[in-house]
Amino acid sequence: MEEIQSLMQGFGVALTLKNVALMFTGIILGVIIGVLPGLGGANGVAILLPLTFSMSQVPGGTTSAIILLSCIYWGALFGGAITSILFNIPGEPWSVATTFDGYPMAQQGRAGEALTAAFTSSFVGALVAVIVITFLSPLVASFALEFGPPEFFSVYLLTFCAFVGMSKEPPFKTLAMMMLGFALAAVGTDPVTGTLRLTFGSTHLLTGFDFLIAVIGLFGIGEILLTLEEGLAFKGASAKLNVKVVLETWKELPKYWLTSIRSSVVGCFMGIVPGGATPASFMSYGVARRFSKDGDKFGTGKVEGVVAPETAAHAAGTAALLPMLTLGVPGSPTAAVLLGGLLIWGLQPGPLLFVEQKDFVWGLIASMYLGNIVGLIVVLTCVPLFAAILRVPFSVIAPIIMVICAIGAYTVHNSMFDVWMMLVFGVLGYVFKKLQYPLAPLVLAIVLGDRAESSFRQSMLVSQGDMTVFFSNALVGSLTGLALFLLAWPLISLAIARLRQS
Amino acid sequence: MAGSGEGKAAFGVRTAEMFTAAGFFAIGAIVIFDSLRLGIGWQEDGPKAGYFPFYIGVIICFSSLVNLVAALAAARKKNPAFVEVGQLRLVLSVLVPTAVYVGLIGWTGIYVASALFVALFMRWLGKYVWWKVAAVSIGNSVVFFVIFEVWFKIPLPKGPLEALLRLN
Repeated sequence: MEEIQSLMQGFGVALTLKNVALMFTGIILGVIIGVLPGLGGANGVAILLPLTFSMSQVPGGTTSAIILLSCIYWGALFGGAITSILFNIPGEPWSVATTFDGYPMAQQGRAGEALTAAFTSSFVGALVAVIVITFLSPLVASFALEFGPPEFFSVYLLTFCAFVGMSKEPPFKTLAMMMLGFALAAVGTDPVTGTLRLTFGSTHLLTGFDFLIAVIGLFGIGEILLTLEEGLAFKGASAKLNVKVVLETWKELPKYWLTSIRSSVVGCFMGIVPGGATPASFMSYGVARRFSKDGDKFGTGKVEGVVAPETAAHAAGTAALLPMLTLGVPGSPTAAVLLGGLLIWGLQPGPLLFVEQKDFVWGLIASMYLGNIVGLIVVLTCVPLFAAILRVPFSVIAPIIMVICAIGAYTVHNSMFDVWMMLVFGVLGYVFKKLQYPLAPLVLAIVLGDRAESSFRQSMLVSQGDMTVFFSNALVGSLTGLALFLLAWPLISLAIARLRQS
Repeated sequence: MAGSGEGKAAFGVRTAEMFTAAGFFAIGAIVIFDSLRLGIGWQEDGPKAGYFPFYIGVIICFSSLVNLVAALAAARKKNPAFVEVGQLRLVLSVLVPTAVYVGLIGWTGIYVASALFVALFMRWLGKYVWWKVAAVSIGNSVVFFVIFEVWFKIPLPKGPLEALLRLN
């Protein structure tokens, strides 16, 4: 029970007045970000990341910084449910499935019930995922300490192949986006030989593309442009939450324990394997509908239809931090931004983190428990306030969000070129989203590109160009094999469907 | 913004798909071209700098061709609108001022440009009265100034107004 001891130590780190205050700040900022169109977990954290530069300089400051940023993430996860239920606008992609039953409930005047169910199941999902992280991550980390370059490359390969195999977008679009990410990551100085690549004489491109700029543009500006198409007005149900409704809903919720467990399992799995929160919520909704007694009534305002996607989305969003911390492979775009933060603060994510930065890791894990409790309290008490933000007219909120994005892009490197790049990525994000090109693999490839390439080339060096190094032992062989299986999955499932038809 | 032809497609999904696939192919070709320049083979101390990106470029070109073929194959069926004329007008009415705004930052600094940008939006799209426009747009820039320059000590681009007020 070494984990319990480490965790208690972590609570000691996280439970200072300053850190608890940061948790509240982070959660409130996060919910606001989750509620606003155009700002979400990934770009919200990206924009606020430069603000933590000075914070991380003092001793113990990196822990405070990660607590602030991760709490923004939890807040954004909670916030997505508010807009889905009250306004039928998913504030975040992972809360799309919540609109199916949440919005009908709100229309029937059961908004309070739906919100309580959503927040509570979010909390349950997150809690399960944090418990998984607490006990599984030290194991994974100690296991990964033995990894060499081929093992790491096969983990990266598995991550990227999982995207092709699991995403609901066309596989070749996923592949194209991923490779575009690798190409963008390759721009600038070659990490191994120091040669300049793909810069074509431009001084702006010497340092390459920063993924933070891409995230702010793709998710921020792109999202605003998409929202604009829908028109400028939001119409929503009113939000009232009183103690009576909350308690009554809580009495009802234990009935759905089986749905909660199933959704948590789906969520944790999809978070660790980088499927992400969005497919997890859809998958969990589908599973719940199939197994529920009154599955055909789903979509008309069933509490169970809110519980399932919310539990899974939160479990996946939280579990995405497990591979980020233990292997340095983020499971979601927001986890990728947090990983970028770690690198900027001078921490090397990966198995060594658990050995060299015990306080940081366990402080973060402890803050996940506390942050989600804080989150549940904040959202249950402040819903009307957050819903009011959405009633601010779009013609006021849209330019302010644009300004925030511009400032965020500028502060990454103090460069105007980055602000222009943000705009370009914004237009691209708009086009990509409309054409079903997935954004997450692009972002992850920009983040991991350099390291994936280094581990590949180091493996090649060791084996003198022999590809069989990726099958040289049981571990690396099974990782590579699983990766190739996932890569081929779209073809396999197509073949199965054909066979069934005939 | 009423007018005839609002719901008409500005251009179809198929056109957009083809242009995007072609764009991907062009990027892939650029990557392959530069990788060939750097060398895609081996030198004495390992793979050359173009070794890894070369294959990336090849996969981009290949998958963009698949996407292009998929778009062309969908042609015989119906071709829904990628963006309608009315929608495109709305999107451009935000995108163009934003581009002007980014250009303006270099001249006037970020605070003045932001105030003008917010004011333009509120007046033009929101039709607010002037005092509300002034209060929100100037207030917004002041809040950001306090947060970034005073609180977090992160300098943002400043222009002649800040110089005049000795806020640099």
